[in-house]
Amino acid sequence: MAAAEDKKMFLVIESGNVAQPFRWSAGTYGSKFLTEIRDNKKFWGIKCPKCGKVYVPIRSVCGPCYAEMTELVPVSDEGNLITFSVVSFGFVDPSTGKQKPVPYGYAVIKLDGADSYLIHYIDETDPEKLKAGMRVRAVFEEDGKRTGSMMDIKHFELI
Amino acid sequence: MGAKRAGIVGVGMTVQRSTRRDVSGVELINEAVRAALDDSGMTRKDIDAIVIGNMDHFEGINYVDTWSVDGSGALGKPIMKMTTGGTTGSTVAMGAYYHVASGMFDRVLAIGWEKNSESDTTGAIITAFDPFWDRPTFGGAVAGLALEATQYMAETGATEEDAAYVAVRDRKNAINNPFAHLRMESNIEAIMSTPYLAWPVKLGDMCPRTDGACAVVFASEDIAGDFPNVPAWVHGVADRHLWGYTSDPYVNQHVKGGTWFPAMERATRELYDKVGITDPLEQFDVAELYLPYSFAGLRYMESLGFCERAGGPALVRSGDTDMGGKCPVNPSGGVLSSNAIGATGLLRVAEVALQVQGRAGDRQVPGAKLGLATGFGGCYWSDELVIGKEKPEKARG
Repeated sequence: MAAAEDKKMFLVIESGNVAQPFRWSAGTYGSKFLTEIRDNKKFWGIKCPKCGKVYVPIRSVCGPCYAEMTELVPVSDEGNLITFSVVSFGFVDPSTGKQKPVPYGYAVIKLDGADSYLIHYIDETDPEKLKAGMRVRAVFEEDGKRTGSMMDIKHFELI
Repeated sequence: MGAKRAGIVGVGMTVQRSTRRDVSGVELINEAVRAALDDSGMTRKDIDAIVIGNMDHFEGINYVDTWSVDGSGALGKPIMKMTTGGTTGSTVAMGAYYHVASGMFDRVLAIGWEKNSESDTTGAIITAFDPFWDRPTFGGAVAGLALEATQYMAETGATEEDAAYVAVRDRKNAINNPFAHLRMESNIEAIMSTPYLAWPVKLGDMCPRTDGACAVVFASEDIAGDFPNVPAWVHGVADRHLWGYTSDPYVNQHVKGGTWFPAMERATRELYDKVGITDPLEQFDVAELYLPYSFAGLRYMESLGFCERAGGPALVRSGDTDMGGKCPVNPSGGVLSSNAIGATGLLRVAEVALQVQGRAGDRQVPGAKLGLATGFGGCYWSDELVIGKEKPEKARG
């Protein structure tokens, strides 16, 4: 059946511009991490008492050791690029309801002092100019504009 | 009571299309269930229990097990819903298998379905991830998979053309499958000329968004002779669901001898040990693999033990995974041809069952006796099933 005829015969209803707001808890350590970014532009990780690995993003359980973590340790706002992409297709970001600005550089980053990786924007949209192992640095949102979310980090830039 | 061996005795699938406006979700489910019941010579009455799965947030209906009982046939019967991301359909198959293998149910219906046309797939996928650490910058499956493609090319020297070979192979195979969504002759140049979605992944490298459903009937060894079809026996299953954030799979790639994809590599090791697979390329006659984009057809072949690290491009270009090769991969056209997400993993299982039963029509691999079906999803999760023509000597978890 032709698509036009199909559309005429079979009805759909649209949800419309709906909003279903949520309120998520960051937890004790997630709150500490985001507060330190917001107030002091500082990164903190959390250290496993068994294997000694330092996790960023922060979490309270080391999965492989199944150990509770409580020790916060400072980590750098600089690190290495692990892998990356340049996202160029358009989509609506469900977190904002708005079209995501594309293209954007998207990267897995290992901060100095951390053993796990962070995922964020990288301020470069030419894949030819990006390579695993490159040094990167966090660029923070201006003072007074940081709200306590990962978007308080605008992006990472190549050093 | 020992575990029971279980076989697949009926398969039903809908045609997979970009949009099925002619059916509601419940009707789509019903279409697959009726086909599976007809195929196994049963009616709704004969089914002891039902396992159903989809990704709720693709349709925005969060109570699918209850909402769909008229279509699924679950009215007044035990039903369990399973939702595990891309692996949903393979997890549903494993759940139905566990029901039968437990000895508590003789005939269990597994159902996987999705109407991806009813919402934006990328947006819905993003909501499956952590709202603090992942969502703000995430671009769904396309962006997430692009990260591993970049790493794979950088570390192995594989090219975008190598990946394109996989997309060409699977969609060409789909021409033989009347149920598949994208059925087309293509070539590497054509894939290479499609636009980048997330470098290095192009439109031609990605699976489509699809509406479709699949249903499969599992039966206990005690009654497996009562059906019109010879059973396709489950020889063993394994799964690994490791780590939660989108960056975690890269941190943990090298733990305990891992290379690319520890969840898949560990599931593979466990499953091959249980079933006695030492050379998958030689021992499997067919494989239906959850390859959601072309680069997976290189990298995942290594994690599944079909070749050494960095051997993916040479393997696929050798023709060993083509129809007529040592172990044809995705005779159905695979996920690169049809991806109704909740149905996709179950379709891999259904397709291997049809192959070892000798009922796969124009896409039949002649004489197929043993096959591998996989599911991929979540944050690099992995389900794997070995299905064969011969009855295994014992039931294996």
